[in-house]
Amino acid sequence: METTTRSSATRDGLGVGIAVGLSGVAFGAAAVTAGLSVAQACVLSLFAFTGASQFALAGVVAGGGNLVAGAAGALLLGVRNSLYGLRLAGLLGVRGWRRLPVAQGVIDETTAVAMAQPEEESARTGFFVTFVTLYLTWNATTLLGALGTSSVADPAVFGLDAVGPATFLAILWPRLTGDDPEARTLRPIAIGGAAVALAATPFTPAGVPVLLASVVVLAVILRRPK
Amino acid sequence: MSATWWAIVAVCAGCYALKLAGLSAPRRILDHPGVQRFAALVPVALLAALIAVQTFTHGQSLVLDWPRTAGLGAAVVALLLRAPFLVVLAAAAVVTALLRMAGL
Repeated sequence: METTTRSSATRDGLGVGIAVGLSGVAFGAAAVTAGLSVAQACVLSLFAFTGASQFALAGVVAGGGNLVAGAAGALLLGVRNSLYGLRLAGLLGVRGWRRLPVAQGVIDETTAVAMAQPEEESARTGFFVTFVTLYLTWNATTLLGALGTSSVADPAVFGLDAVGPATFLAILWPRLTGDDPEARTLRPIAIGGAAVALAATPFTPAGVPVLLASVVVLAVILRRPK
Repeated sequence: MSATWWAIVAVCAGCYALKLAGLSAPRRILDHPGVQRFAALVPVALLAALIAVQTFTHGQSLVLDWPRTAGLGAAVVALLLRAPFLVVLAAAAVVTALLRMAGL
């Protein structure tokens, strides 16, 4: 039983890691088109390793915008990883210096795959398999995209831009569609979070809409203290 | 070092520090029941918000990208049919790609 859930966590991690990691081609291409060097694109993927922030900085460089504001916007997009860290801290149970390498893996996809697992052991497996697979794929494809901007096809042609949202949907689905009390609590949080983010999009800088979704959680907790 | 390199170093260091900050929050804070409840629920709100933002926005405008929306619809159908996780992802990508190829 345990082996089954762990191997299914491994399969999920490999699938998400490779499918989402292929979008590194888009980042590498966008970065070089924006005017970053190949080395700069690769440094961002190696050390920032959080797609939304990387795209945000490249976008500002492309538009010739203010770099300080651009960096601030990229960091704002990274704040949600702090919130994921709060959740993963207990689950991963890493202490001391081991937190240093593990921290680099605290992103949307790893959190999502970990959350989708039925128990802690397979959640840890899901986190690490997703992290390693996505890290390797994302960095390799960043280099490819940056080197061959024109010769590499646009990932949108392959529908890869739909893979991110589909991943998150597939992971939330079983937790939202049940008839249990947990699903009844989570549904308004998910729907409210999505609605708040869309409503805020035209009026707030990138990164803020998704963060504002967390206000919905505060509202639910404060209304029903438990 | 150019201004662009400084911005890149700042983003790399800052993004890493943000990840580490959550993971290294003091036990005292992590053990607080309110924080535990918040931490348990907040990924649901953020991931749902990401689905909406990645599907229906471009920059600061709301957009309806038909192939991508249909791809997400295909994912919903696959989920209703209880398809395995990877089949759900493949359905979204294939439907989106086919509709783009068809020029929609």
